[in-house]
Amino acid sequence: MKIHEYQGKEIFAKYGLPIPKGIACFELDQVEAAAKKLIDETKIPVVVVKAQIHAGGRGKGGGVKVVKGGPAEAKKVASEILGMQLVTHQTGPEGQKVRRLYIEQGLDIARELYLGLVVDREKRRIALMASTEGGVEIEKVAEETPEKILTEWVDPTIGLGAFQARKLAYGLDIGKGSPKAKETIAQFVQVVSKLATLFEKEDCSLCEINPLVVTKSGDIVALDAKINFDDNAEGRHKNWPELMDKDEEDPVELEAKTTGLNYVSLDGDIGCLVNGAGLAMATMDIIKHAGGNPANFLDVGGGATKEQVTKAFKMILSSHKVKGIFVNIFGGIMKCDVIAEGVVAATKELGLKVPLVVRLEGTNVEKGKEILKSSGLEIEPADNMLDGAKKIVSAVKAA
Amino acid sequence: MSVLVGKNSKVLFQGITGSAGSFHAGQCIAYGTNVVAGVTPNRGGETFEGTGPDGKKVGVPVFDTVAEAVKKTGANVSCIFVPPLGAADSILEAIDAGVELAICITEGIPVMDMIRVRRVLETSKTRLIGPNCPGIITPGECKIGIMPGHIHRPGKYGVVSRSGTLTYEAVGQLTALGMGQSTCIGIGGDPVAGMDFIDCLKLFNDDPGTEGVIMIGEIGGNAEERAAAWIKANMKKPVAGFIAGTTAPPGKRMGHAGAIISGGKGTAKDKIAALTAAGVKVAPSPAEMGTTLKSMLKG
Repeated sequence: MKIHEYQGKEIFAKYGLPIPKGIACFELDQVEAAAKKLIDETKIPVVVVKAQIHAGGRGKGGGVKVVKGGPAEAKKVASEILGMQLVTHQTGPEGQKVRRLYIEQGLDIARELYLGLVVDREKRRIALMASTEGGVEIEKVAEETPEKILTEWVDPTIGLGAFQARKLAYGLDIGKGSPKAKETIAQFVQVVSKLATLFEKEDCSLCEINPLVVTKSGDIVALDAKINFDDNAEGRHKNWPELMDKDEEDPVELEAKTTGLNYVSLDGDIGCLVNGAGLAMATMDIIKHAGGNPANFLDVGGGATKEQVTKAFKMILSSHKVKGIFVNIFGGIMKCDVIAEGVVAATKELGLKVPLVVRLEGTNVEKGKEILKSSGLEIEPADNMLDGAKKIVSAVKAA
Repeated sequence: MSVLVGKNSKVLFQGITGSAGSFHAGQCIAYGTNVVAGVTPNRGGETFEGTGPDGKKVGVPVFDTVAEAVKKTGANVSCIFVPPLGAADSILEAIDAGVELAICITEGIPVMDMIRVRRVLETSKTRLIGPNCPGIITPGECKIGIMPGHIHRPGKYGVVSRSGTLTYEAVGQLTALGMGQSTCIGIGGDPVAGMDFIDCLKLFNDDPGTEGVIMIGEIGGNAEERAAAWIKANMKKPVAGFIAGTTAPPGKRMGHAGAIISGGKGTAKDKIAALTAAGVKVAPSPAEMGTTLKSMLKG
């Protein structure tokens, strides 16, 4: 699960991480007062208007603007950003509509750095990465100049050692150019330690500050905050549901999630209903292999009920882009008759206007086939998944 | 022959009184697995009843702790069916009790919990399979997990996979070709887990009863690339492969917590290239995993 920058900064503040003063605005009318408040409090005449969307690269896309002309100009700039379709390298070409803004105080920046924590799957540890190349895409740095990324790994039984934070501080030469170098180093060590604690306690899967800045006066400030949570830990974080911004989620994927299904929308026209994540991916692959294009990834999981299967099949039936449906089941815990009952119940309600190919295998396969047969639905059976993929692709092409 | 589990495995089930645990413990007993104990806190002293393959009733004693169950029954393998937020603790309990092999079926364990578990595993003699996996089966001898037992046949080919249903798909194809299986291991779809491809391939390589292996990977991480390097240097037996997710969009979690392409890394294309370069024959479609392995066999 992703959250906005301003929400990330609220969490940063809870852990004592230094952030600039800022105010979130959901309406244009709030912007002028927010900018005035920030200017009055900080005595700095500059504010920054920042689009809040769940994607990086906002600055380059025109979603972050520095305003030097006071509150009225801040409102004017905000009026251009709020409601715009912001396109960045992470949003895809259609972009993401800006519905929230964050108005933040301006800072005198001396250096921009990168600080990020991720789960290192190979080392099975949290990796802490720091780089002097802040404010740019870290993937690019990793690709082109990997030597500019310093990495430390956190021992989960001990936590991050202060010495590790110091290694990074000296590695980045964090005191360079600072009017109070010792203090700057101490601040950086604090920031790194607190961020490592936050990552663990809040069950993050990603936590990035890009850029982490050193101001001209030598203070460390988190200018950005990007936090992704590990969805698996939702059960022990009561505040997550209210942090979720539903406008940023695909509505169908969100509906699937509440039903307990794994669903991802894709660009093609063949709807898929499959049990198991690996088989669901492989089904997409085999449709492509047979010359078609999948409309979705849908894994009903192992223990789905008839109701969940019905809901899943209705989601596919009601999608306008779907021109054919392929049901591919290898029943283990999932019983084929449960799938068949769900498919029949959904089509009874919504009707079946597109070709349907069904391949059933595994637990209770005969029972499942019988249910489909006696339903009177026009279903083309398939012997195996390749056969099924070929049949649905040619049926969609013929239609 | 087989790897990790067989006729001599004495299996205990953690979470045996839960709905999933009791159903699958029953299925494993029906398959002929030697289930010697169950564990559920506050349920010690009860008896779990199952029916063996011969139709005879089997009574399994339930204990409050794994330590007690191991002490009283000599169980050496534990299968864990405990809800996600308590599962890591259950794995640690199994490690603490000194079982040789723990198999965690549970899906949805927070990654931070698994990072702590991995740290403890590093200094223990316990091996872990999973979590978020179907388990392990040595056909005809011992089934520990949720896979449909009837599709398997005893034989000479190993299967190791990150995906449950794709494992069944591969097994179904092998069985249809008359190629039985030595042992099938589902290593699970989580980003941080127990045994990986290399751990399993090593065992298959050293097992005189295994003559070839199917390994099934998917997008996300670099376990397949690391396995490819190991295969190139060490593997003496033919390995056929399949990687799911060639058409998966980047940045989207495809069901499994670990199945995600992030920062351009972990694509199916890279994995297929690495495996191919290591001499693994990668099946062009998931319908051809069995035939691909067959095509690599001599004679």
